[in-house]
Amino acid sequence: MGKTTFDKIWDAHVVKSVEDGPDILYIDRHLVHEVTSPQAFAGLKARGLKVRRPDRTFAACDHNTPTHNQDNPIADPSSATAVAALAANTKANGIPYFPLGDPANGILHVIGPEQGIVLCGQTVVCGDSHTSTHGALGNIAFGIGTSEVEMVLATQCIMQCKPKQARIDVNGTLRPGVCPKDVILYIISRLGTSGCTGHFVEYCGDVFRGMSMEGRMTVCNMSIEMGARGGLVAPDETTFDYIRGRRFAPKGADFDRDVAYWKTLASDEDVHYDMEFAFDAADIHPMVTYGTNPGMGMPVTGTIPSSAVGCDPGSFNDALAYMGFEPGERLLGHKVDYVFLGSCTDGRIEDFRAFADVVEGHRKAAGVTAWLVPGSKSVERRIEEEGIGRTLRDAGFEIRQPGCSACLAMNDDKVPEGKYCVSTSNRNFVGRQGRGARTILSGPAVAAACAVAGVISCPDEL
Amino acid sequence: MRKTVTIESTAVLLDVNNIDTDQIIPARFLKAVSRDSFGEKLFYNWRYRKDGSPDESFALNRSKGSVLVAGANFGCGSSREHAAWALADYGFGAVVASSFADIFRNNALNNGLVPVQVSPGFLERAVSAIRKDPDTKIDVDLSDRSIRVEGVGMETFPIGEYKRECLMKGYDDMDYLLSILSDIEKFEKRNAI
Ligand code: SF4
Repeated sequence: MGKTTFDKIWDAHVVKSVEDGPDILYIDRHLVHEVTSPQAFAGLKARGLKVRRPDRTFAACDHNTPTHNQDNPIADPSSATAVAALAANTKANGIPYFPLGDPANGILHVIGPEQGIVLCGQTVVCGDSHTSTHGALGNIAFGIGTSEVEMVLATQCIMQCKPKQARIDVNGTLRPGVCPKDVILYIISRLGTSGCTGHFVEYCGDVFRGMSMEGRMTVCNMSIEMGARGGLVAPDETTFDYIRGRRFAPKGADFDRDVAYWKTLASDEDVHYDMEFAFDAADIHPMVTYGTNPGMGMPVTGTIPSSAVGCDPGSFNDALAYMGFEPGERLLGHKVDYVFLGSCTDGRIEDFRAFADVVEGHRKAAGVTAWLVPGSKSVERRIEEEGIGRTLRDAGFEIRQPGCSACLAMNDDKVPEGKYCVSTSNRNFVGRQGRGARTILSGPAVAAACAVAGVISCPDEL
Repeated sequence: MRKTVTIESTAVLLDVNNIDTDQIIPARFLKAVSRDSFGEKLFYNWRYRKDGSPDESFALNRSKGSVLVAGANFGCGSSREHAAWALADYGFGAVVASSFADIFRNNALNNGLVPVQVSPGFLERAVSAIRKDPDTKIDVDLSDRSIRVEGVGMETFPIGEYKRECLMKGYDDMDYLLSILSDIEKFEKRNAI
């Protein structure tokens, strides 16, 4: 029996195994942010320990950061305290830290790949469930809790039972205008929010092979939304080309040596997956969600199911009541109040390009408040360099400064109660974007069409 | 970590599927830099009305007990351990559900909170028993991995031997990892890390 990419990377990182218990897994990259780390640093201090491998640890503030006037002190006192704690903890332990305003600051899951911090074949953890994003680079990346953050800080290891493995194939050719976000929203709508619980996913087939690295990140990012620990795409030339030349990536002969190793990481022919799913690319259309979990998705031109699909009737009815929608209703033409472009799912340059392509030649609808939030300082710079900023401003949009922003509304970017927000983020949970806020998830192209039309729209019908 | 062998209690019934960590503890409460007092914020948006007064119809405001009985896929969403802290700080020792999200399960185990995974059929019977009689006794016993619900019966639940021992002895993974630092060093040398 051969090994999957996942097996190969996992096995290479097992320090030892507890009999009948978990493996002790060595961690190559530990990403740290201000929300899930202060208690871990405090625990470490209480035990009289220091960070064992600060050279394998990288930190940035992202969740609590305001998205305007970042050169001013953070106004919210508890957000300011959380960010200040991260600055102090990283300094005391010699951890590289990208503070607010730093040219490399941004959402950790955007800057990890972008700065070459996260590479192929690694084990990557962060106290954040969307750590799964990094699997796009062909590595094992997953979210952990704060106790585990403390363990990694102290020992560079955590204890994990090896998860089961699932394989998801999408073959064929995507229809024009279908983004990577549509692909993953479609998959989750088919598999449900716990369809891959206990499993680690490998994305296979034509569609992922042909996808850009940023598209793969969007897909891997939302693996957690179907319950998976994480998801990966086996490394290939697209991966190596992406990594080459990045700030913290190996250079010259070191890079060539690493590529030679990374090439051995593709899954073997004769491998076993615990679950396998296959979808046809032609079945995927631009998507939106209509409910309060990411599995409640449908084509933007479709109608809400007339009764519960993939969940119990109670949850279905509660979700529609919260959203103010009716069973069997079409969403096209439904009023939109807010549009959010950003997050670690869709806050990269390709997402801004896709958004601007749709906007070009139109203007933002008067009734829509749009928050366009780059995922990082580097994305922010690219937006201006490529002239996207001008296109968007000419169309009446404003571009904010990087951070998690309205993805979870820990800063001031909160959607008011009862308002509809078309959002390129990853979660439409009750209250996620503010108490009573109604979130409709979509990709950047659909979000742009909605921002221009002021109602739910399909990009090719503008 | 606290030691747990048995928990005997009445239940708080929250018969809802897919309870995500944003509901267990909303993001705006995650700014605290210590682990304390998250119990006060547990299920905040469900527990309190907009004006801050307690919503008496919500389970937590009506029933007492150290066992929370919920639906499928409990704890999905964010990795925030604050969810497990809030449940433990509030006084829960176990959560009974027909399935748990992976990260939540780990977070619970690392905080002495027992995730008791039962079959959907058993859960359904337990829910209707508690609904009929809120004083229904629940008995979770780690020594034989069992849960007993008065008037319903008994079922065993899955938990790895290592984690079961940790809970019963009050050890956590950190204690173990610190005891094998020399193995970790050897691993680093071997792999030239
Ligand atoms: S952008 Fe959203 S999902 Fe991503 S790390 Fe920030 S809060 Fe989490």
